[in-house]
Amino acid sequence: MNAAILANQVPDPLQKEFILTVERLTVSFDGFKAVNDLSLYVDEHEIRVIIGPNGAGKTTVLDLICGRTKATEGTIKFRDKELTTMREHEIVHAGVGRKFQNPSIYEELTVFENLELSFPRGRSVFGALAFRRDAEVRDKIEEIASLVFLKDSLQTEAAILSHGQKQWLEIGMLLIQSPELLMLDEPVAGMSVAERLKTAELLNNIIHNQSVIVIEHDMKFVEDIAHRVTVMHQGKILSEGSMDHVKHDPKVVEVYLGH
Amino acid sequence: MIGDYTIGEFTSILAMQGFAGLILFSVFVLMALGLAIIFGQMGVINMAHGEFMILGAYVTYFCSQFFSAYLPGLFSIYFFIAMALAFCASFGLGILVEWGMIRFLYKRPLDTLLATWGLSLILQQFYRSVFGAREVGVTLPEWMLGAVNLTDIIEIPINGLFVMGLTIIITVAVYLIMFRSGWGKQVRAVMQNRVMAGAVGINTKMVDRITFGLGCGIAGIAGSAFTMIGSTGPTAGQLYIVDTFLVVVFGGAASLLGTIASAFTISQAQSTMEFFMSGSMAKVLTLLTVVGILMLRPQGLFTLNIRR
Amino acid sequence: MTKRFGPFAGREWIALLILGLLLFVVFPTTLDVFRLNLVGKYLTYAFVAMGLVLCWGYGGILSLGQGVFFGLGGYCMAMFLKLEASTPEATKIQSTPGIPDFMDWNQVTALPWWWEPFHSLPLTLILVIAVPVFFAFVIGLAMFKRRVGGVYFAIITQAIAAILTILIIGQQGYTGGVNGITDLRTLLGWDIRTDDAKFVLYFVNGGLLIACLLIGQGIRISKFGRLMIAIRDKEDRVRFSGYDVANFKIFIFCMAAAFSAIGGAMFALQVGFMSPSFVGIVPSIEMVIFCAVGGRLSLFGAIYGALLVNAAKTTFSESFPELWLFAMGGLFIAVVMAFPNGLAGVLHKHIEPRIYRLFGGLRGSGTTGAVSSPHAAE
Repeated sequence: MNAAILANQVPDPLQKEFILTVERLTVSFDGFKAVNDLSLYVDEHEIRVIIGPNGAGKTTVLDLICGRTKATEGTIKFRDKELTTMREHEIVHAGVGRKFQNPSIYEELTVFENLELSFPRGRSVFGALAFRRDAEVRDKIEEIASLVFLKDSLQTEAAILSHGQKQWLEIGMLLIQSPELLMLDEPVAGMSVAERLKTAELLNNIIHNQSVIVIEHDMKFVEDIAHRVTVMHQGKILSEGSMDHVKHDPKVVEVYLGH
Repeated sequence: MIGDYTIGEFTSILAMQGFAGLILFSVFVLMALGLAIIFGQMGVINMAHGEFMILGAYVTYFCSQFFSAYLPGLFSIYFFIAMALAFCASFGLGILVEWGMIRFLYKRPLDTLLATWGLSLILQQFYRSVFGAREVGVTLPEWMLGAVNLTDIIEIPINGLFVMGLTIIITVAVYLIMFRSGWGKQVRAVMQNRVMAGAVGINTKMVDRITFGLGCGIAGIAGSAFTMIGSTGPTAGQLYIVDTFLVVVFGGAASLLGTIASAFTISQAQSTMEFFMSGSMAKVLTLLTVVGILMLRPQGLFTLNIRR
Repeated sequence: MTKRFGPFAGREWIALLILGLLLFVVFPTTLDVFRLNLVGKYLTYAFVAMGLVLCWGYGGILSLGQGVFFGLGGYCMAMFLKLEASTPEATKIQSTPGIPDFMDWNQVTALPWWWEPFHSLPLTLILVIAVPVFFAFVIGLAMFKRRVGGVYFAIITQAIAAILTILIIGQQGYTGGVNGITDLRTLLGWDIRTDDAKFVLYFVNGGLLIACLLIGQGIRISKFGRLMIAIRDKEDRVRFSGYDVANFKIFIFCMAAAFSAIGGAMFALQVGFMSPSFVGIVPSIEMVIFCAVGGRLSLFGAIYGALLVNAAKTTFSESFPELWLFAMGGLFIAVVMAFPNGLAGVLHKHIEPRIYRLFGGLRGSGTTGAVSSPHAAE
């Protein structure tokens, strides 16, 4: 179904502009290739899920895209910008947001302050000194807070949120920046079933505005959200396509089930 | 001709400066080995390391006094006994400090730095109150005095040779303990993954304590060796602490080879430059170079590229 | 969250009032000029301690080289005063009249070029801030852009303090060596050694201190201040929220350097000399303890910490010199192990609740609520 929508939007697949084009990406740590000659194409408004066994290099791929790790070889193009040569904050300014595996929020600050620091204004030293909490900021923070189910906890210190709420807060901190590409590393880890459903609903809601790359182990959740699934194994792509397709791919079954 | 010297004289001077540098190198290595274990393996900054060294030096001094007064017959070998005692004293104090202070601060390296600085002040004042502010020197046994003449200009003092030999032995011993023994494997396991190491049955608290004690014990031996080439005073340890930290950081904190190589580079650079300019300017230039290089390559000279 | 009126929360206005009364009323009226001058000297360290609150307490950057900036600021001021004291008439017995006496003693026959700017007071006042800030900027740029932090930064700043001390002592023809720059007399003809001058300088010092406190508070309550807490907590999250973290660290480090430099300059003015013994490793790490004793998260605490530790030092080292190092060492250990938030922490945690309980009926529940807020500790 999703593939059909995408096909309608872009008539000629050969002319198609990808939002993210990763080609021949390799990174080696002292000879060990954590990501090996990997190519990945993400469409506009696509939810792409990357799955794979531990150590497959999933998180490293996200690290490479957002500039946390420098690639040994290969290119990462975000629209027409080459990300491999840009610094982390420049990549964020270009419109790429990233959530970490463990909820990474400022525990000593309130939910409001967490979101405020992520508000994309006053990012320079003097900008931060001159920053004022005006109506625009307040409105945006309230809007995002209700989107991530934290409207009633704005003045709560982030440290005392539940694990699931912390995950939402971090997603909210990304959403307030309106990134065009959102990368989420295990967004539902540690969430209850109810929270997982709400998160899936949240991701499906925001998709009209952005593309999303998700790393996830929870197959039920993957089925709920994924437009396409990429399976990684030992730094390479093992299989790619719809959930149905990869589920029945013998190579994937082999990696997950047997040796 | 170079300046007022013939080429022969000049090379001899260079060789002698080089040898003086080697003695400095030995002291650096002995001090830095202990630090490299404590800082490189445990991530603890021990600002009182110099005072552990001076403890070893005082133990050696008292041994020399004791033997010359009561056991003059054994005086020629007192040094080896003194060294063992110096190790034990510093090791014991190290264990005590780890138990009383360091173990509460493992997650707060900057606070460890401040607390151990406080400890170093207390130890310094303790030495001053108990042993006096005066600098003391040991009497060397007969066989350590004198020098070996390589050529008619180049003279190499025997005590210097002895210190160097000692350095080599201790370095090899540390290497074997840390990288070839089962216990060393436990230490490295604890440092890499404390929870997992605990789960497979390693007593991580004991490993911490012994590792810290061992680092301090080696400082004690360094102090023992130090008495042979310089005099001991309550504040002598503080003179070396920053240099030694630079040695360890410059070498790449976790690398034994790096520590030795950087100790060599720094000591040689300093003693060679001392010949061309005043001692203080030589030191300024050496330290500036090291700091400059560290700014360009903060991870030190010998480190691995690790996956985060 | 604590309610704020202007730059301060309610309880901080009280703290400011108490501090103002103490500095500008109680001390000047109860202490003789000699003691007041001593207090003024202690307060110059409070500048450094406040800088450390910003960069160590909030930014998590422990600099063990603040003495460098204190010293540079102090030396800049001292060089101006020295040149003014070295007129050709006053130095006519020297073999080269018109240059500072220590240069003459060291067979230096002409003023080095880098002393020339210090003939002018406006230029000196600029350089007092500019030289240390430039130094801090270069160090910060090199280190923070390469993500050097934590203990590495601490050790390298300590090494820089050592280097500068050795350099100053080694180049005594140009710097006055181990004695420093002494025998400072007048500022634009105004004799700074008289009681009246000391009295006036004390107030200038106090005024500057309050100004720095306000600047520090301004930074603290701005988004910049919250960002510093965020960086200390989750540096990567800040970076991947689109901030160039290094720039923030460089700025706060430069700010701390500027505060220290003002302190150093006021030191030279009030004490009448500047020497390398305020630059090196030991004074630099002592400055950290002033900050830690007061409370590394409290600007007010930093001022009281500097006052108390220095007052204790003077008293102790007069009467029991041997005990002082024990006390100082014990202070380092105690403040780290038992009172990580220093006096401000103790006040907040143990004393304030009692005061509020005493006046509980009068003040109502609003104020007690503010105390239980986790942010009040800052």
